[in-house]
Amino acid sequence: MADSIQPYLPEEIKAIYEGRYGDNVIITSVDKILNWAKLSSLWPMTFGLACCAIEMMAASASRFDIDRFGAGVFRPSPRQSDLMIVAGTVTMKMADRIKVLYDQMPEPKYVIAMGSCATCGGPYWKHGYHVLKGVDQIVPVDVYVPGCPPRPEALLDGLLKLQQKIRRESHIRRKFEASV
Amino acid sequence: MTPQDIADKVQKQFGDAVLEFDAEALDPVIKVNPEAWFDICEFLKTDADLEFDNLVCLSGFDYGAGKELGIIIHLYSFPKRHSIAVKADLPRENPRIRSIESLWRTADWHEREVFDLYGVVFDGHPDLRRILCPDDWEGYPLRKDYEVQEFYHGIRVPYKEDWEEFDTFLKNPRRGHFVFQFERTLPANGNAKPKEKPSP
Repeated sequence: MADSIQPYLPEEIKAIYEGRYGDNVIITSVDKILNWAKLSSLWPMTFGLACCAIEMMAASASRFDIDRFGAGVFRPSPRQSDLMIVAGTVTMKMADRIKVLYDQMPEPKYVIAMGSCATCGGPYWKHGYHVLKGVDQIVPVDVYVPGCPPRPEALLDGLLKLQQKIRRESHIRRKFEASV
Repeated sequence: MTPQDIADKVQKQFGDAVLEFDAEALDPVIKVNPEAWFDICEFLKTDADLEFDNLVCLSGFDYGAGKELGIIIHLYSFPKRHSIAVKADLPRENPRIRSIESLWRTADWHEREVFDLYGVVFDGHPDLRRILCPDDWEGYPLRKDYEVQEFYHGIRVPYKEDWEEFDTFLKNPRRGHFVFQFERTLPANGNAKPKEKPSP
């Protein structure tokens, strides 16, 4: 049984490490294991601004169940969250607050702009004097989810896109670049 | 009482302060002199025959650029089951009127909203701050001649050249996909996987 789930390895390499370690040892790269941990426990912030928040709630409820992807633990504090889902219209008055909330989140942090309003101003693009024309003017956005409002499946798709993005990250290179 | 009776009663009490009465309007409305605004409201509330105990709504309005502003209240009496509207015109420069918050608590937030969006100052209001816009917002957005500010806390507010581009885009019969400002900063293939380099 155990033989059947082992990956294929050339016999000469197998001979080197076979029997050297005890049971239950997995060999992988640091980046891979860190990214896997990061992307499968993205904790979003409890944070809804308008009607998109209703769809976000639906996405976290039993029918769509965002918990299947590890992103269902909505934290009440920005200091404990990894992901900010900007769900709804961002007014100019709210823009300052969003910036503060984003700054309070610990690294690594990600932002999903959910819905037309958070993406580009949406229906308020021209005539809304009070609406921020896209949340990317104040915080860096990782994934844009279009729709007015997007269905929960669209939000889940955006989350999966973000997970793909995290999977390609390199923790060590990032540290190196920061130090340079 | 019919609206006409109410108007006659107010006219009898205040004389010239009542400027006109429109009985044909959907909500019959008495237009009054802003000087007598508070006294008339107090009379409407306290008089035994009128007894307007409910302020349904207090709104502001603008006749157009260069013309006057105004406020209007809709009143209803639960004991007597009759209603009336009262309005007053105010000058565009420095519009001031006495607050009626002490008569009806409803007027508290309604007056703050009119102050926020039209710039009417209510003398005697206990807490006259902006209610919807940020405290340091410039201008009064619902005035007809309102021009939105360029920047708010370093954030750009209007995107006029984008709008003009969009208008010309709409007139073009062979239009394709409009490229928004935020799309210009995205990579050409969006969120898709980067194209694999051809292997040598």
